[in-house]
Formats: sequence, C-alpha cells, structure tokens
Amino acid sequence: MVHQLRNSNLLRHLFVIALGILMLYPVLWLISSSFKPNQLIFSEPGLWPKQWTVDNYIKGWAGFQGTTFGRFFLNSAFISVLCVLGNVITCSLAAYAFARLTFKLSRLWFALMIVTIMLPYHVTLIPQYIIFSELNWLNSYYPLIVPKWLATDSFFILLMVQFIRGIPRELDESATIDGCNQRSIYWRIMLPLLVPALITTAIFTFIWTWDDFFSQMIYISKIDLFTVQLGVRALFDPSGSSDWGALLAMSALSLIPISLIFLFFQKYFLEGIATTGFK
Amino acid sequence: MKKSSGNSLVREQNRTAYLFLTPWLIGFFCLTVGPMIASLYFSLTKYNLLNAPVWIGLDNYIKIVTEDETFRNSLMLTFKYVFLSVPLKLAFALIVAMILNKGLKGLGIYRTVYYLPSLLGGSIAIAIVWRQIFAGDGVFNSFLGWFGIEGPSWIAHPDYIIYTIVMLTVWQFGSAMVIFLAGLKQVPGELYEASSIDGAGKPRQFFSITLPLLTPVIFFNLVMGIINSFQAFTPAFVIGDGRGGPLDATMFYTLYLYLKGFSFFDMGYASALAWIMLLIIGFLTAIVFTTQKYWVFYGDEGGK
Repeated sequence: MVHQLRNSNLLRHLFVIALGILMLYPVLWLISSSFKPNQLIFSEPGLWPKQWTVDNYIKGWAGFQGTTFGRFFLNSAFISVLCVLGNVITCSLAAYAFARLTFKLSRLWFALMIVTIMLPYHVTLIPQYIIFSELNWLNSYYPLIVPKWLATDSFFILLMVQFIRGIPRELDESATIDGCNQRSIYWRIMLPLLVPALITTAIFTFIWTWDDFFSQMIYISKIDLFTVQLGVRALFDPSGSSDWGALLAMSALSLIPISLIFLFFQKYFLEGIATTGFK
Repeated sequence: MKKSSGNSLVREQNRTAYLFLTPWLIGFFCLTVGPMIASLYFSLTKYNLLNAPVWIGLDNYIKIVTEDETFRNSLMLTFKYVFLSVPLKLAFALIVAMILNKGLKGLGIYRTVYYLPSLLGGSIAIAIVWRQIFAGDGVFNSFLGWFGIEGPSWIAHPDYIIYTIVMLTVWQFGSAMVIFLAGLKQVPGELYEASSIDGAGKPRQFFSITLPLLTPVIFFNLVMGIINSFQAFTPAFVIGDGRGGPLDATMFYTLYLYLKGFSFFDMGYASALAWIMLLIIGFLTAIVFTTQKYWVFYGDEGGK
C-alpha cells in the first residue's frame, strides 16, 4: 500500500517535471539560440550552444537607420509607465465613487461601466483612429496613453470596486465623524488600503501595454518612435530572409522587463489572479 | 438644522462622486459611446478616410453576408480556433491544477513555471519562436524525427497552421490553472471524507463534488475566454504571413478587419465587420449566460 502510494507520487512528480520542461522549452530555446552563431541556430538542436557568441546582441541592438534598441526600450518604458499612472489614478477615483459614494444615476453608470468591460475594442477602433488622426496624434504616444487617463480599462475599476467593498465601512464612518470629507477619505484612508489592488492594476497595465502590438502598429510608423514590439517585428521578415540571430537576441531582451516584474511581484500575481480571475 | 446638513452632505457626495468620475465619463462618451455610434454610422457608408462618407444603407452588411467568401472563411476559422482553444485550455488547466493540488512538494516552483507562459505568450517574441519551432526544419520536426516521422512544415501548410496557433494558446493555460487551484482550495475536505465513507470512488467524487463546485470559475473563464480569443490577433499576424496566408489559413476575424480597414482603407466595410463581430460575441456570451442556470452551481443560493 505504502509502496504503491510512493510509486504514484513518483509518477506524478515525473509528469509534473516533464511538463515543466516542455512549458519552458520555447523560452529556453529562444535564450540558447540567441547566443548561437547564425548558421548553427537551426542545425544544432541541443539547448547548450557548442559555440557561444554575443554578436547577435550587438547586431540586433544596432536597430535600423541609426536608431538603436536602446531607444525602443526607452520608448516602451515611457509609454508603459504613463499608462500605469493613468490607470492607477483614474480607475481608483472612479472605483471609490462607485463603491462608496451615493450619487444620482449611480446604478445606471455602474451598469454601463460593466458593459464596457465586455465590449470588443474593434467596435470603437475606427472612429477612435479617425479622432486621433484629426487631432494630429498619429505618430505620437497620445493615442496609446490618453485612453488610460480616461479610465477606459474599466476592468480595473471593477477590480478595485470589489476590493473597496471588502474594506469595513466603519473606517470611513469614523473618519467622517473626525471631520474628514470624502476627498480626504479617498486620499488618506482608501488609497493606502487599496495598495494591493493598485499593484495588481499597475502590473497588468504594464504588461498589457508593453505587449500591445496592435495599437502600437496602427498609430506608430516613425522608426525613432518605435516600441520594442515594433522593433522586434521590424527585424522579422515573414518571407524568410530575417537575420535570425539578431531577431532572436532582441526577442529575448524584449521579454526581460515582464519577466523581472513577475519575479519581483510574484505574490501579487498569484493572489491577484486567484481573487479576480484574469490573465 | 439636521435635515439641511444631511442634504448638504448628500450634495457634497454627489459633487465629489461626479468629480471623481469625470475622467471615466469623458472616456466613456468620447472614446466608447461616441465612437460606437460613429462606427455604426460608418458601417452604413462607403468611407475611405480621404473623402466624406457616402451613405449606402445596408449594402456593406448585405455584401458581407451574401458575397464575401473571405468573411465566411475567416468566421469559420475563428470559430474553429475559439472552440478548440478555449475548452482545451480550460481542460488542461483543470487537470494540471488537480494534480498539483494533491499536496505535491515544490508546488510554488511548478506553479511559477506553468504560469510564466501565460505572461510571455502575448508578445511578438514568443510568436516568432513558435513559428520557428513548427517550421519545416524546426525543433518539433526534429523531435518527431526521433520516432522516424517526417513532419511537414506546420506553418506553411494551410491545414495545419491553425493547430500551431491553438497550441500556442493552450500553452498559456497557467493563468486559468492558478484560478482553478484557488477554487480547489475552497472545496471543503469533509465533502470528500463523507462521500468516501458512502463508498464514492475517485471519478464519482470528481463529477459529483469537484466539478460542480468549480462551475462558477469555469463559467467565468469560459465567458472571458470566448470574448478574448475571438479577438486574437498577434499570433495569427506573426505566425502567418501577416496577410492571412498561407491560403487564408490564418485569416482570423480581427486580421481580416484590420486588413480591410488599414490596408485597403475600406473603413465603412471594416466598421460593418466590427458590428457583426460585436453581435456574434454578444450572442455567444448570451448563450453561456442563459444556459448557466442548468450547469453553474452557486453553493449558498439554493443551487440557483
């Protein structure tokens, strides 16, 4: 009996480990190939390069037309940070109003906010594009950043509303008795308590903005404004004549910011997902 | 005295609330409602961005539904993708979550390893890697080669390329798995003890206890999965050739919409495609919502 149990445990461990290797394989392949000389990338199946080189990184980093990947990384970081700030500030303001304040038409607005979560982006895509091009915002970062400062990611509003509802009302009530108005309750009481939800929002906004290839492709076409995703895509030629070494090297680099965030904030990821149920 | 101070409190709350909601309200009207009405209008016109829109009534819709082969193919392809990838991903997530939930040592490490792909999977980088792994001379075929199988180039073959994209999606099962793990932790252990005293075996326990208690989580994941995967773009754009090829085998709905709008500048037609997409997604979501009373189990509310 004990023997059988140990056996089934061993089997389970083997399965879990094998699956883990399978899961990580594409990422490991990417990293190892980025250090191989071009001609070995596809001829050498092993993960450990027989011959190491950093040439791919040097060639890739050079970018195109004098604009290096350093620029692309700065651009992506700039956009992502501003989007994070926008979402954290405007979504928390809206969430506080929805969760705690009584105001006219509150039910109607709340219902409309919920509906927008499910709305596919494409229904508003073309008119938004026209608005932004009328404003002369093509080839600028406004189309990517401004929507976040207008709390259009209503998903995060809902996330924070749920979180605020879990905070005991006695806290606000005693603050009201002490003479706090709603604004200072938001600022002094809610925001500090809301930090875990704010971090979850910040992390996912960062990742989604960093990876938001579609909007970046539509709005940005000047090379010096390129983001990392656009830079990687530009190195890639689907007809097959890409410089694979450089492409894979920059692809590997493009994953580093998200991986680092994941390592540092793991706890928030796993808790945030478990309680809210998103990616 | 008391009443008036109460009134002013109400007024102050009202003012503060609208102040706090101002960014959201501006976004709601200028970036959501306004554009929705505009795109509904554009969908009834011929519009190429340069000239003013010309009213053509329902012509775009009629053309899409009756004549447009590419639309029909891309819709079928997208349905195939959604109905393969969403259930497979959820089933896989549930199986792995159940294996991990049995008190395995090192759970944290496995959870991290399995979760990582769902973070990285949305990037261009991973789509490029995927393309290479399933290419004719790629790693997947070298692997098949060990068993003496000579695989085709999976990404060049119109019949197979969709499955590589499905695999890319299923590979990202980690986020759903984490949700299932959290759900499994909530299942009271007494239920299993009681049922095993009553003589229920493992499969019976799974179908009578575990699965019903997880249905709310499955429901949520199903809805979000359908909505999100119907809008998949990057994998089709990068693993295919960016124009729907080979032979329209990667012409996902959103890619077709993008090409119509931003390659052919047929903004009216693209808007009509967007509205049809909204209707389809709304319809699918409505089906899931209306059927939930038959299969979703909400513990305390008397099985409602």
